[in-house]
Amino acid sequence: MVATSSWRQVGIGLVLPAVIIALWQAVAQLGWVNPQVLPSPLAVAEKWVAYLLPLQPYDAAAGSWLHWAVSGELITDSLSSLYRVLLGFLIGGGLALPLGLAMGMSPRVYDWFNVLVQMVRPVPPIAYIPLSMLWFGLGNPPAVFLIALGAFFPVLMNTIAGVRQVDGIYIRAARNLGASGFTMFTRVILPAAVPYILSGVRIGIGTAFIVVIVAEMVAVNNGLGFRILEAREYFWSDKIIAGMITIGLIGLAIDVGMNKLNNYLLRWHRGLEN
Amino acid sequence: MSASHIVVSNVNKVFQSAEREVVALKDINLEIPQGQFVCLLGPSGCGKSTLLNAVAGFAPPSSGSITADGKAVTGPGPERGMVFQEYALFPWMTVADNIAFGLQIKGQPKAQIQATVDQLLTMLSLQDFRNRYPKDLSGGMRQRVAIARVLALDSPIMLMDEPFGALDALTRRNLQDELLRIWAELKKTIIFVTHSIEEAIYLADRIVVMTYRPGTVKRDLLIELPRLRDPASAEFNALKRELGQLVMEEQQRHHHDELRLAAVD
Repeated sequence: MVATSSWRQVGIGLVLPAVIIALWQAVAQLGWVNPQVLPSPLAVAEKWVAYLLPLQPYDAAAGSWLHWAVSGELITDSLSSLYRVLLGFLIGGGLALPLGLAMGMSPRVYDWFNVLVQMVRPVPPIAYIPLSMLWFGLGNPPAVFLIALGAFFPVLMNTIAGVRQVDGIYIRAARNLGASGFTMFTRVILPAAVPYILSGVRIGIGTAFIVVIVAEMVAVNNGLGFRILEAREYFWSDKIIAGMITIGLIGLAIDVGMNKLNNYLLRWHRGLEN
Repeated sequence: MSASHIVVSNVNKVFQSAEREVVALKDINLEIPQGQFVCLLGPSGCGKSTLLNAVAGFAPPSSGSITADGKAVTGPGPERGMVFQEYALFPWMTVADNIAFGLQIKGQPKAQIQATVDQLLTMLSLQDFRNRYPKDLSGGMRQRVAIARVLALDSPIMLMDEPFGALDALTRRNLQDELLRIWAELKKTIIFVTHSIEEAIYLADRIVVMTYRPGTVKRDLLIELPRLRDPASAEFNALKRELGQLVMEEQQRHHHDELRLAAVD
């Protein structure tokens, strides 16, 4: 029952994309637009596959089969982009989490940091691009710096809010059971704040993913962001779109993964809001 | 009767706000012997929960003193386990983990905790819910877990703040009977806050009726009906009438006060 209705939902959801692709193909095939402006979906798909496959034929002498299989440009680009997102997010989120916990727990720490945070937070990470290149040059360092910055604030703000909104009744019950200090923090306050923290993580990863594309466009010479900008210089619009589709697919995969993680970590929480 | 287990002497509690001050408790004196089941009864605003919170150690009195088991109460602690009206179970812990939490804090060995948890799950008919999360339980089941969580501490004193207030009538009666059974078996001293006259008569050895602001002891009476009590009996109803009269007087004062405050606003 549930399975069939979810398949039905997926089916219904695919109708509009199919119509749009069909129209797009028709427009391209009828020659209404210059293929350099808008290539046909088939051309894009073809380019995507070419972009995905290894550039050299398989040669057992050059290395393992697996190594060869992922040597395609698209996979290398995706992996380098993902690596930057992950590293930047771990640094940004890893700094934001303890600071957020401290600011949420202690009004004194909050008073010390809040004004600074509120002043820095409205500056979009993109605005740091020139400085980041002056400071870190080109390549991974400025990109990771920008991504860390982008991930930092969502995680920070949500962590603070998460700790601050912990229902006083849990604290009272825990104190009554004899909890204090470290136990109170790890067994009560932290788990109670997890729903907020996870939504911060989710927003933070989303921001990191936006920032990585921009950072690669200006400061790095590989990765998905670099590749679509490079394709523009050669008027390879099919490759631009193929790259964009890849960015979309990876974003979707991250989102699905986060959803799974959410559902697992918050299995006690579903339906609790009502 | 054995020596006093909980002693409340000359307790006053004043809540101060910008506009006015509210005397929530005034000159409260109570001596509760070991093993007594005491109900604090009164309309909302009579300070019965304030008194319970003071005994629990959540909100110290403005003046006066409270001792439990011969020791002055200075803060909350597992020797005075509390059951809250809103259950206050930790939603991220399973039923078994909720019950085990207090014992883990005490640092008991795992095997011993396991044994206690098993025993309590059986005592409260929760065996089938061991690995469930609180969100999957009904109100009655949640309150069973909350009671088990406090019983796990093996504290001689149990404080209950309108624990059955949110339950339907049948579940409520069911849990009342269960509580009486546990109390008879474990000989706890219980302070139970309620605004239900019938609940107080059904459960208590002793009912302390409190007045609306300032909260004072209006009447302190022992209920000597044999248990299980029959709410349809003549004696039960005579008590109900008598107590109903007392509580209604305070309820009227509460009502007039509300009207007066509304007029000021």
